[in-house]
Parts: sequence; structure tokens; C-alpha cells
Amino acid sequence: MSRLTIPTPARAQGVIDTLYSDLGRRLQSNPVGVCPVDMASAFVNLCHSQSCGKCTPCRIGLGQLHNLLERVLNGDADEGTLELIEKTARVISVTADCAIGYEAAKLVLRSLSASRDDYEAHLQGNCTAHFDAPVPCVSLCPAHVDIPGYIALVQAGRYADAVRLIRKDNPFPSACALICEHPCESHCRRRLIDDALNIRGLKRMAVDCAGDVPVPASAEATGKTVAVIGGGPSGLSAAYYLALMGHSVTVFEKRKQLGGMLRYGIPSYRLPRETLDAEIQSILSAGITAKTGVDIGTDISFAALKADFDAVYISIGAHTDNKLGIEGETGKGVISAVQMLRGIGDNELPDFKNKNIIIVGGGNVAMDCTRSAMRLGAKTVTCVYRRRKEDMTALPEEVEGAIAEGCEVMELAAPVRIELGENGEAKALWVQPQMISNISRGRPAPVKADAPEQRLDADVIVVAIGQAIESEHFAANGIETKWGRIVADMDTFVKDNDGVFSGGDCVTGPATAIRAIAAGKTAAANIDNYLGFHHEISVDVEIPAAPIAIQPPCGRINLPERPAAERRNDFKLMEYAMTIQQAAQESARCLRCDHHGYGSFKGGRECKW
Amino acid sequence: MQMVTFKIDNRTAEVPAGTTILEAASKLGIAIPTLCYFKNLNDIGACRVCVVEIEGEERLFAACNTPAMDGMVVFTNSPRVREARRVNVELILSEHDCHCPTCVRSGNCKLQEVANDLNILGDVYDMQPERNKPDGGFPLIRTASKCIKCMRCVQVCDKVQSLNIWEVTGTGSRTTIGVKNGKKIWDTDCSLCGQCITHCPTGALRARDDTDKVYAALADPEITTVVQIAPAVRSAWAEQLGLSKEEATEARMVAAVKALGFDYVFDTDFAADLTIMEEGSEFLDRLQNGGTLPLMTSCCPGWVRFLKGQYPELTDNLSSAKSPQQMFGAVAKSYFAEKIGVDPHKIFCVSVMPCTAKKHEVTIPALSDACGDPDVDIALTTRELARMLKADHINVKELPELPFDSPLGTATGAGVIFGATGGVMEAALRSAYFLATGKNPDADAFKDVRGLDGWKEATYDVAGTPVRAAIASGLGNARRLIEAVKAGKVQYDFIEVMACPGGCAGGGGQPIHDGEEKAGERGEILYTLDKNMPLRFSHENPEITKLYADFMEKPLSHKAHHLLHTDHHAWEMPQQ
Repeated sequence: MSRLTIPTPARAQGVIDTLYSDLGRRLQSNPVGVCPVDMASAFVNLCHSQSCGKCTPCRIGLGQLHNLLERVLNGDADEGTLELIEKTARVISVTADCAIGYEAAKLVLRSLSASRDDYEAHLQGNCTAHFDAPVPCVSLCPAHVDIPGYIALVQAGRYADAVRLIRKDNPFPSACALICEHPCESHCRRRLIDDALNIRGLKRMAVDCAGDVPVPASAEATGKTVAVIGGGPSGLSAAYYLALMGHSVTVFEKRKQLGGMLRYGIPSYRLPRETLDAEIQSILSAGITAKTGVDIGTDISFAALKADFDAVYISIGAHTDNKLGIEGETGKGVISAVQMLRGIGDNELPDFKNKNIIIVGGGNVAMDCTRSAMRLGAKTVTCVYRRRKEDMTALPEEVEGAIAEGCEVMELAAPVRIELGENGEAKALWVQPQMISNISRGRPAPVKADAPEQRLDADVIVVAIGQAIESEHFAANGIETKWGRIVADMDTFVKDNDGVFSGGDCVTGPATAIRAIAAGKTAAANIDNYLGFHHEISVDVEIPAAPIAIQPPCGRINLPERPAAERRNDFKLMEYAMTIQQAAQESARCLRCDHHGYGSFKGGRECKW
Repeated sequence: MQMVTFKIDNRTAEVPAGTTILEAASKLGIAIPTLCYFKNLNDIGACRVCVVEIEGEERLFAACNTPAMDGMVVFTNSPRVREARRVNVELILSEHDCHCPTCVRSGNCKLQEVANDLNILGDVYDMQPERNKPDGGFPLIRTASKCIKCMRCVQVCDKVQSLNIWEVTGTGSRTTIGVKNGKKIWDTDCSLCGQCITHCPTGALRARDDTDKVYAALADPEITTVVQIAPAVRSAWAEQLGLSKEEATEARMVAAVKALGFDYVFDTDFAADLTIMEEGSEFLDRLQNGGTLPLMTSCCPGWVRFLKGQYPELTDNLSSAKSPQQMFGAVAKSYFAEKIGVDPHKIFCVSVMPCTAKKHEVTIPALSDACGDPDVDIALTTRELARMLKADHINVKELPELPFDSPLGTATGAGVIFGATGGVMEAALRSAYFLATGKNPDADAFKDVRGLDGWKEATYDVAGTPVRAAIASGLGNARRLIEAVKAGKVQYDFIEVMACPGGCAGGGGQPIHDGEEKAGERGEILYTLDKNMPLRFSHENPEITKLYADFMEKPLSHKAHHLLHTDHHAWEMPQQ
């Protein structure tokens, strides 16, 4: 026997490794709503099979935990069983000799503490879980857009019908085709086979090829009036559906132009102005009056508005900046992300030519500023972030895109002060190097590294560490706020203020466009009911039948971008669309969950709301 | 119409686009076995028994919800199909309590039929049926160990009856059917229509069997047993006894029931005529004296449960007249007891009904006024009657026909048609017209209210007053109608509602024929009986005339109010 051999994985092991990765994908796209107790039991069973078998708690304990969980699932358990599960898991978690055992037990403990109600329901013989997301993409889209429906229409080349179908739930198909964060893709059942569908890319195909699609006719005028404060995605969505329902809607917008964060937050290389303007025009064509440059609180008081209209929807967004709170922050050349992007939105471009620009922050807004700075001709652009790159909340492709365009991402650097010149102008940002450390609230937290502070040359420093809400006027007029956010229920009703509704970023804090749109849709339905009506929004588009053949395992088509060296010089749209050939293949990957599985039984399609 | 051409089992077929493979095959006489499928109700591809092979495709497809497409080549019995169909049935059997000899659906079970057809002998997989939960004595019983999760009960309750009592509960391997929101069935607004029972392919859903109590009464020499038979029962009683339509006469049914040993075999049709006298008079009274309108019929206990549960604010619109079943019981334990000189406490009154809700109705204290005991002791379904006849091995076919006993056995055609949707309305209009004008209309003058449409309406002139009548059958239709009334979109004076689609003929207590809706066919039998009856107006029933003359005085008299009417507010639905 040789003293040493070169380890080479057996062929079977290779297959098994792919099975593990398939299972991993499967878990990531777990159906929404499955019983948490059942999942905990299945997990602990899987963990048990990973046990080496040496130590007692893991070898025996995990099996007994599984038995106890099955007892709960079978309705044979009582409160004592839950206590026994907790005790056993606690002991395993502190006595198992390695992580295979103690991490498995912790998983049970976490499940038990997070889903106690579900466990207790089983003691009464009930399972509260429901397979309540029959079509994962539709369920996970905040606006519940009929995604399998429009994918089928794209497949059939019926692009205008696809746009009409999307507009039933979302009046911003073109904007969302370019900038939606597509939560719909996260649990796409296609991931069980290969990868999620490129849903946003297919939506782009629909809007690009649809041509001009008129909005539907409005219902008979009701004589009711609604004021919408804030002409962003949420306000305009509410206005659109309320107008279709026959109400007379007036939108009050503080800025010069409509669009909210779609205009004043998202740069035009991601959402071209002409696309946004056309979309806003189509929304307004439903019969909406828009008054721009009118600030509620300055030009008209909220109380007056409330008195003049039958209902009011507050959707003012989150348009002020958070401060770093460090020395030198008030210096010249230190600006907020909101300020910078707002200027760009109104085509008042800041002069960054041949300057050193530093952006502070790690979110999508920070990336928008970083990439815009590059396009404004800066000499250097550095994005400074106190955690690691992978901890950034910005989409990974945004970070990669910025780097490709020549921006520097400096990770693990915490701003400590801004060095100012004689005239109070920014000269440099001093940062303290950080080390990534323990996980706190689910994210690794940075701690100060044993290293000296560093000086980064800077002519302009852009602070992009989140936005706040200008809600003082409303707070002073009887609207409850919490940390500046307007307090409204999930149904957009504002407590103690009859006829006042609110939604979007000003309620949730800075979030995504599609969540704001969904809030607008929700508000429209509830305002309609509040006004004493029950108008239903529907569309007469027939959806093609699900095809027989399923595309075999196949790569996902991603949208290419213009070459970095070219796109970094202008604000023109940077993303290419799919070709017809690509869209045909990509749309054929859809598993049509609206028809197959639970879809054909319940919840395949909501034809109206 | 766009047509598609495809091949199935080497035959070329042309069908309209959108036709499923199952329907297309059926048109060609090719039978594909199905289990969960129910036409127009459930085509969700759950059981995967109806799978077929499509040339060029790796996966097999459910014929019930896959449309035939141009150029498709389908095989219904290829080796892969045979294997798959068999394995899927074996898997379903592994979750099914296969104790068939003691199952109420033995011999009339879709699963049994499919498994037998496939020549499945013995078990391949470990048997692990779901455990049963207590039923609490409710007239509707679910045996979880027999449920095959076809979802038909959920569909019929949601789509047809709009009550959404059943739902899919749990996920994964423990997915099952339960009562919505974890409630107990007796704590819900279940109307007890029994449509989930008649649409269940197996014995998972059934009505409580009450025959033992009837046998006990029949065995007691101290007890006088009286049985009444509902109108719709005669249209279906022998469906599973091997009799032809010609043999399954009303008189042979009487003979068969008599053979079970009942002392008196009476006709609920008689009580239906009585209901018309009371309800018709009540209607005219409300119409002429400004009472609460529209008047809503109260003879269907499924509908009454539905209304009181879902629209309690409309309780006053219900006719205060009791249902024929309860009127019969009240008369049997008062007038009839007096007549034969028997202590009413010694009378055991049984009803045979096409209905499961009647089992609840007999237990409502406010509907028993004759002597302190329940006016009707036990309500049996048509199916229980058939089972009793089978248990006694009565050779029904050979029995000489017998008439109903007197005095509660004489009826008119108006009473017979109570068993079909629109029948109560038509019968009521026939007599209301007479009561208002003193003249009989043509007996078929109101036949526009017949037929299987879920929501019918007609306006008739009664003594110069237009009467706007509406009829709904099926609770989903009833809900649409009520919502329209509440919204002021429609105006009616008189509304008949039957909980079951097609009325009692399609009742939840009627014999079960998997995959078939029999209400239309049975309703025709009732209308034929009506047509051939010598008397077709309730007010001409001589026994009714005699009942009023000797005992009840006149419709809406004090005595009639006491015995034949009720206060619908006197009891509540669980969620009220």
C-alpha cells in the first residue's frame, strides 16, 4: 500500500454533488406557505442523515427530534411534547460535539420560536399552513401582475395584449420593464429545473414591441373627487385606477415634473426620460389632472385639501437625505444623493468634470450616484462602504457594472471626518479601515480594524446612506407618524382620519417602485369602496393555452449591456433588449404554473380586482 | 369554429379547438378511465389516472385538462400509460381505507370501479390511510381514511353552492380536506345540502345513517310507525334496485315501503298541498296587506340554513309556513293520532327524503308543536330507503302495487312537482290564482317556471295584480339572486329557492351516479306524474279540504298557525 494517494472524486460523487446543488436551488425556491413544522421535520431528518454517528446528541437526539416533530404533525402531541422538543433541541445545541449536530438543533429551536402558532395549531389537530402561492411569481409580485399570462402573450407575439394585461395590475409596464427589482423571479418554479425565468426581460420585450397601446375607457363619472399628494409611482398608480373607476382625480406634485423617484432617483441610463414621459402621459390619458410645483403645506394646506376632496391619498415618497453625522459634513462639495439625483432628474447636471468624487453608501442609490458620477466626467469615482462588497444591499449586477465602468469600490472603510480646505470646501474623506466580524441581526457587522485612518482625496462627497420622509406638515395636521413615516394600515387607511389614505415609500420607508405601485393599486380599491362603489378592474385578454412541450433544461437569457467603456460616457440606456429569437426561447421556459399544479385548481388567475 | 385534427389510438379525429383529449376520445367512443374528473366541475388533473401518451413527449398528460392540438398523436393504452395509470391507482389505494364490505359506497365507488377495471389484486405499497376525526354526530360525515383528495367537494361547495365550507388544509404529505379555518363542520354555515356527498367518488363523505332507529321503532309493538315519502323520492327510489323506469312506479314504491313493516305509508305530497294552502294564503295576505316581500319559500331546509347563516337580516322574508315534512309530522301527531285514537307519543314518524338537511330540520325544537315529542322522529334519505329494501332482500320487482294509506296519502299534481325546481312556485301560483279569483287557471298556465336554469323569473297576473316570481336552485344561484335583490337590481314578490341544483330531484340524499347530474331526468318523471294526475290543484285535494273542515278550520287559522307555521327566529345557525 502506498504511503499517500492523490484524492480524486469518484464519478458517483460528482453526480451526488450536482444533486446537492439541485436540492439547494430547490430549497431556495421553496413554495410559499408550506407547513413550517413539516419543513422543520424534513430538515432535521436530512441533518440526521449527515451525522457521523459518534456523539450521542446528534446520532440519537436528531432522530428523536424528528419523531417528536412527526408526533406534532400527526396531531398526537400536547404542550408537553413541545416542551420536550425544546428541551431536547436545547441540549443537543449545547452538547453535540460538532456543528452537524448543534446547528441542526438550533434550526429546530429557531423554527419553534418563529412559528410557535403553527406548532400549537397542530396540537388542536389543525395545520394553519396553506399552499397559498399557487403561482409563485404572481404571489411574490407586490402588484400581483399576471406574469404567466403576459409571458404566454409574448410567446404568442401578442405584445399589445401583454401590455394591456400588465396594466390591469400595474400602470407602469415600461418603467418596470427597465428597473423593477423583479421579486417575481426569486421563487420561480423553473429554478427546480435550471434557473429563474428572465421575467423583467420578457416584459421589456412586450413593451418595446407593443407600440402605442391606449389605456382602457374610464367608467361612468361618479362625481367623486380624490386628491393625490405626490406624483410618484404610488400616487400615479392610485390616480390611474381611480380615474378608470370614474372618479375625478387631481395629483399634486411638489417638483417641477411628475415621476417621483422614477425621475428624481433613477438615472436615465437605466430609465430613459422619453420612456418615462411616455408612460406618464399614457397614465394621465386616463383622465387625470396633474398640478406640478404645488407643495402641500406651503401652497395649499393639507386641511384645505381634505375639505375640498372626498378622499385624499398621501404618497409623498421619501425625498430627504440621512446624514452621516461626522465632522465636516456641512462643507462645500458635500451633497446628498437625493440632491444629486434630483438635479440630474431636472436635467441640471452638476459639474463633476475632472474631479475626485466619493460616494458613501452601499445601496442601489449609492450605485446610481457612483455610475452617474462617472458619466458626468469625474476624474475618479470611489464608492466607500463600511462592510464588504458582498454585504452591499445594491444588486450585485449594479456593483459589477460600476466597477466595469471604472469606478472604485472601497470596502471595509468607515467615514470618520471630512477634511475641509480654507474656504470650507471638501478636500478629503478620512476613513477608518474596518474588519468584518460577528453576524448581528442576520448581517455581518464591521468592527474597527487595528489599522491607521486613511485619507482619500475628494472634491465632492455624495452621501447615499438612505432617505427620510418630509412628513412634518402632515404630522402637524393630525396624521400619526413614526420615525418620520406616515402610519397607515396594510389597506392604506390612515387611522383617525376619515377619507385619508397613504402608501408607498412615505409609509414603508424607501422601498421599490413595484411596492409603491402595489400600494397605489391597493389604495385605489379601498378608496373606491370608501366612496361607496365597487368598480372592478379587469381586462378582456384571452390567455393562450399552456403548451404541451416544456423547454428542456436550458440556460437563462440575460440582458446584455452596452460595453462599459462606451456607456460610461453618456446617460443613454445601457441595457440591450432580448432579440425575438431569445425571447421565444426564454418565454418557452415558463412552466405555466397558472395551469399546472395548484394553478388549475385554485388561484391560477385573478381576472379582476 | 376553429377545428383541430389529431390522431388518437391510430384513429384520426377532428374536433373544435380547445376540446380536451378526454372529451375528444369520448366522442369517438374511446373510454379513458378517470377518477377525480367531474364534467364542468373538476378538471384539475389531480389523480393522474386519466394520463395519456403524446407522441414525442417524455411526460404523460392528463386527458381531462389537456386540449387536443393539431397534429398531436395520442395513445390511451400504450405500455407507458398502462404502467402509469396502474401505479397511480395503487398509490391512491395505499392511502385509502379499503375496507370495502362495510362501506356505504361499496358497489358504487369510483375508486373501486377503477381499481377493479385495472385488475389490481392485492397491495403493492404500505397501507397508510389518513386517520379519521370525530364527526360529532352531524348529519354530514367525513371519513378521512377514505378521502382520495379529488377536490370535488371543495369545488362543488365553492363553485356551485358558494359556501366555501371545505378547503384544502395542510401542505406536503399531510395535505387533506378540512373545514375552512380549522372549524368543526357543525360550527359552520354548512347548509347540509349534501352536494359534496353526491359528488364524492368514494365513501369519504356520507350522510349519517339513521336506519337503526327506524328498525328499533319497527320492532316495538307498542309503537305505531308512520312513514311519509317526499315527492322527489319517487323519481329515484329504485335507481339502484335494478328496476326499469316502467317498473319503478309510485305504487310499487308504496308496496316496497309497506313490506318493510310500516303501519302507515303516507305521502309528503299531501303535506305539500297543505303547504300550498298555508303559504299561498300567506303570500296573498302579504301581497294585499303590505307584509314583508318578497316572500321566500321555506320548504328547503338547506336554503333556510343558508339564508339564516349568510343573510340573517332576511329571515322575515321567509314564509312562516313549515316545510311539508314538518307539516306532515305536526298533522300526523295531532289530527291523525286523534283520528286513529292513538297517543301521539306512541307514534313514530319517519320521513324518506331526497335530502340531508332534513336530518337537521327534524331536530329543531321550534319545528315540533304537536305533542312535545319531535313531530318527525327520523328523516331517512332515499339512499337509506334503498339500503333498507336491500337489507330485507325484498324482491321489489315482483311486489304488487299498492296505493298510499288514507287519510294523509292523497295528493295532487301540485304536490308532486314540489320535487323539481320551480315546482313550489308553480303549485303556489295555481292555488293563489284560485284563492284570489275563485277560478282555476289552466293547470299548465305557469309552466314557464320549469326547467333547469339556475335563476328563472316570470311575471303573472293574479286577479289584476302582477306577481313577479323568481326561482333559484343551487345556492350559488341563490346568492346571486339575493345579492341582486339586496342591491335593488331586481324586484320580485315571490321567490322560490332550492339548495340543490335542479331542486329536490337532484337532492343530496338521492342515489349517487358518479359523474352524472340526474335532476333533469328525475324532474321529468315528476312533471309526467303531475300531468297524469286527476287532481292538479292543491286546493282541490279532498283530504286537505277535510282536514280544514274537521280540524284545522282554515288556512292561517289559530290552529294552523300553531301547528303549521313557525318562527324562524326561534333557532340560530352556529355563526349567527
